[in-house]
Amino acid sequence: MAQVFSALLAGLIFGLGLTISQMTNPEKVLSFLDILGNWDPSLAFVMGGALVVTALGYRLVWRRPTPIFAKQYQIPANRDIDKNLAAGSVLFGAGWGLVGLCPGPALAAITIGAGQVAVFLTAMAAGMVVFELMKRRQLL
Amino acid sequence: MANFTPVPALIGGALIGLSAVLLMMFNGRIAGISGVFSGSLFADGTERTWRLAFLLGLIAGPVAYQIIFRATPPFELTAGWPLIIIGGLLVGFGTRLGSGCTSGHGVCGLSRLSPRAFAAVGMFMAAGMLTATLVRVLMEG
Repeated sequence: MAQVFSALLAGLIFGLGLTISQMTNPEKVLSFLDILGNWDPSLAFVMGGALVVTALGYRLVWRRPTPIFAKQYQIPANRDIDKNLAAGSVLFGAGWGLVGLCPGPALAAITIGAGQVAVFLTAMAAGMVVFELMKRRQLL
Repeated sequence: MANFTPVPALIGGALIGLSAVLLMMFNGRIAGISGVFSGSLFADGTERTWRLAFLLGLIAGPVAYQIIFRATPPFELTAGWPLIIIGGLLVGFGTRLGSGCTSGHGVCGLSRLSPRAFAAVGMFMAAGMLTATLVRVLMEG
C-alpha cells in the first residue's frame, strides 16, 4: 500500500516536471529533433537536469541495501547490445520524430491534448499489444 | 535559437530526476514509462497496481501545473492523423522491442552508465532527429 502512494507521488512529480519543461508539447520536442529548423536546445537541458539529479540520487539511494518499501531493487541485469535493442530504438526514434510524442509526455498530456493524444495513445497501446502477441507466440 | 527556455528545462528535468530517484528509493524500480505503461496493461496484481498509481500521478501532473501556475500548458501537435497513428504504433512497438524509451534508457539508463542505454539513446536520438528533420523538410518542400 505504501508503494502505491510513493508511486503516485513519483508519478505526479514526473508529470509536473514534464509539464514545466514543456516536454508535453510536441512542437517543443520537434523543434529540438528538427536540426535544420529553428533549433531549440531545451530538450538537451531537460535531459541534463534529469541526469545530474538521477546520477547523484541513485548513488545515494544505493547506499541502502534495500528500498524503503520494497524487498529489493529491480535493476535490469542485461548488458548485451543486441539486434532487438537496435531495431527497437530505431523504430521508437522514428515514431517519436514523426509526432514529437513519446510514452511519458503522451500519457501526461491526456488532459491537454484531447483527441490527438487519445489516438496516439491508442496506437501506442496497439503497438505494444502487437509486440506482446508476437513475443508470446515466440516470433520475437 | 527560437524559444530556448533553459531555466524551465533544467527545473523540469530536475523534477523528472527527483521522480526517478524517489521511485528507486521507495519502490526499487526504474522510472521507465514505456515499461510502466506496458506493465499496467499486461501485468497483474501488485505489479499492475503500483504502475497504475504512477500513471495516475503522471496524468495529474499537468492538472497540478494549472492549479499552481494558473496557466494552461502549451500544446501544439501539427502532425496529421496518419502520422499520429503510425507514430504511435512505432513508439509502442519500438519501446517494447528495444526495452525502453527516453526515461528508461535516457534518464535512468545513462545515469547508471548502462552500455545498453548509451547504445539505445544514441540510436533513438539519431532516428528521431533524422525523421523529424526529414518530415519538416518534406512538408516545407
